Amino acid sequence: MAIERSESDELRIGVFICYCGLNISGTVDCEAVAEYAQGLKDVVAASTNRYTCSEPGQQEIKNDIKEHNLNRVVVASCSPRMHEPTFRVACQEVGLNPYLLEMVNLREHCSWVHMHEPEKATEKAKEMVKMGVARARFLQPQIEKEVPVDRSTMVIGGGIAGIQASLDLANAGYQVYLVEKKPSIGGVMAQIDKTFPTMDCSI
Amino acid sequence: MTDVGRHPRIELMTLSEVVDVQGYIGNFRVKVLRKARYVDEKECTACGDCLEDCPVTKPNEFDLGLSTRKAIYQPFPQAVPAAFALNMEECLGNNPIACGKCLEKCEKECIDYDMQDKEVEIKVGTIIVATGMDVYDPTELDEFGYTRFENVVTSLEFERLINAGGPTEGHLIRPTDWQLPKRVAFIQCIGSRSEKRGNPYCSNVCCMNTIKDSLLIKNHWPEVEIKVFYMDIRAFGKGFEDLYKRSKAEGVMYIRGIPGDIREDQETKNLFLLAEDSNTGKVMEHEVDMVILSIGLIPSTENSLIRQLLTLSRTSDGFFMEAHPKLQPVDAPTKGVFFAGCAESPKDIKDSVTQASASASRANILMSAGKFTVEAITSLINEELCKACGLCARVCPYHAIEFDKEKKLPARVIEASCAGCGTCGAECAFDAVVMRHFTDQQILGQVEAILEENPQDKVVVFACNWCSYAGADYAGVSRLQYPPSIRIIRTMCSGRVDEKFVLHAFKLGAPIVLVSGCHFADCHYINANRWTQKRVEKLWDKLEKKGIRPERLQLEWISAAEGLKFAKVMKEMEELRQGVTLEEIDYTRKEL
Repeated sequence: MAIERSESDELRIGVFICYCGLNISGTVDCEAVAEYAQGLKDVVAASTNRYTCSEPGQQEIKNDIKEHNLNRVVVASCSPRMHEPTFRVACQEVGLNPYLLEMVNLREHCSWVHMHEPEKATEKAKEMVKMGVARARFLQPQIEKEVPVDRSTMVIGGGIAGIQASLDLANAGYQVYLVEKKPSIGGVMAQIDKTFPTMDCSI
Repeated sequence: MTDVGRHPRIELMTLSEVVDVQGYIGNFRVKVLRKARYVDEKECTACGDCLEDCPVTKPNEFDLGLSTRKAIYQPFPQAVPAAFALNMEECLGNNPIACGKCLEKCEKECIDYDMQDKEVEIKVGTIIVATGMDVYDPTELDEFGYTRFENVVTSLEFERLINAGGPTEGHLIRPTDWQLPKRVAFIQCIGSRSEKRGNPYCSNVCCMNTIKDSLLIKNHWPEVEIKVFYMDIRAFGKGFEDLYKRSKAEGVMYIRGIPGDIREDQETKNLFLLAEDSNTGKVMEHEVDMVILSIGLIPSTENSLIRQLLTLSRTSDGFFMEAHPKLQPVDAPTKGVFFAGCAESPKDIKDSVTQASASASRANILMSAGKFTVEAITSLINEELCKACGLCARVCPYHAIEFDKEKKLPARVIEASCAGCGTCGAECAFDAVVMRHFTDQQILGQVEAILEENPQDKVVVFACNWCSYAGADYAGVSRLQYPPSIRIIRTMCSGRVDEKFVLHAFKLGAPIVLVSGCHFADCHYINANRWTQKRVEKLWDKLEKKGIRPERLQLEWISAAEGLKFAKVMKEMEELRQGVTLEEIDYTRKEL
């Protein structure tokens, strides 16, 4: 398989700085960060939004992708662990591969942890955006491949757990192969007389 | 059990073993060795005619040797399948002159001495590992005299003795005189909760099993005096405490203290237990007729082959390791494989059934979808650069890299098995591994962006997505303040952090570099962070040799819940940064 190389096309990066209400903008000067982003190499559009994750916020990303023909998107807002899926879908909806999105974690990793140093936080935010843009330059489209799943299962071991799993899956309609080393299923459970807490028979 | 035997969609393969597994999630190809039963399973009605003339007598494994069976036998009356089986190693029938008696007796002609073992290949989408457990053998604990004193039995042997289907038809007897014991002692935690001998973990079921057994005795023979020697009684499940109280109300005596020694009276065969009751501080000798050792559970001996075939891992107790101890408790780290029952940890019947249903449900989710979306963030081998050294395959926690040592063929990634940790990428010395979405270029690009201006003011932090990066998020959510010199680069796993990322950062003037990942047991990629540690240790040596202070490279394990620790470590990093001089940084730049 060939190695995926950077596209030869010109890079067109859009940067979206989120205020997150006052969560980010209360500490970081978002306008200054956007202005800084605008000046970075390969960045063709940089803007701010009160809530980038909101419907209008996402719409703005989609519009900009179309209007500026963006091929990389940098969203500087909260943790990717929070909203990466949201923005990936937004990109995908307008035909941009979701893996061409990069997130910069301005909220959890900057504004919330440097609340008493707004100037330094703003400088850090600029540099974080620069890091995001640097990474975005090398982002490549990725394809999530699907593999078929055979509708059959093998259960290894025929004790109480194997028996229960086999019955559940067979009753759900799947073909089950239950493999047991001994001549009979039952396992240790079958050797036990009564069982707690109900004091009934094991078999 | 009988439901399994007659279910149209369950193919029951007894006397069978998995011998090979190929493929990946959704598409496993499993080779099963079906050993010959020498009895036609479908025709045999378990009438028992064949038994009558069988001259071979062997200990019955099902009764733990407390009864005998023939070479042709049914393990127990309710066995499924109900058919008899012939143990050819014990049978004399191979030589028709010697025997062949069962063959003559069987009117249905079910017996076939020439039956052969068969290997079959089966294609399945999912696999459930329910290999169970074994019980601890207390022979090594010499002080309890198991095997030296006949009247010392294990709790599993006791089950057979008190079972109506067992060798004594449920009449409790002690082995030496076949009389009902008047005084019985149970000793708990045999082979469990001991750092020295046996196993350090709690076997989960033994307390309740003893409580149950004490009630069984009291129900049948209320006059029997029962003493239970224990460390702690763990009766934590639903209805358990109630049972414990009932047992005490029935007169079972619970003594907190494990006997140090058991002595046998050679004449009466009675046993003397010397134990300190730690509640009263009194040391007393107790005379009993029979002792039952409440033995613990140990990982099944079956596990090691299955572990190799399915590329599973073990936790320190020897049981199988889950994909995540809390959030994916029935998923194996190998996709498409699930755990049920004691294979994963000691558990009672209810928990085994619960986990079995959970794993069936997990498998059902995959199979009802009929397809599985493979992780897009996987690694890829550049065949032109690959030197077929095999290092990537060695470090892959998922064994997702195929590599032919003999033929020196370039390594190949099985994408469906790859989880995307990137450890292979960090290990490859020839840049032949491309880690999708976390490429060298992408990460080095971030390093350069940090250090382009005023590098001396920055701390470069590599944080793994699942723990340390999440720990940083948690510090943020908790508004824990730390110095703004910190710059975080996210990787999926700390195992992705290549030596060259660190050296590049130092070359560009970074005063401090921190590599942080999950705690050892919590690694999202099984144990990829072990390689992180090895790599960092190697780097420390390298830096030292070049005259660069190794302390400038730091390694920390920070979990997703440790926001406080993250903030604390960041403050420490800033302190370390302030201790790095410009001369040092200049020297480093030149040296690297």
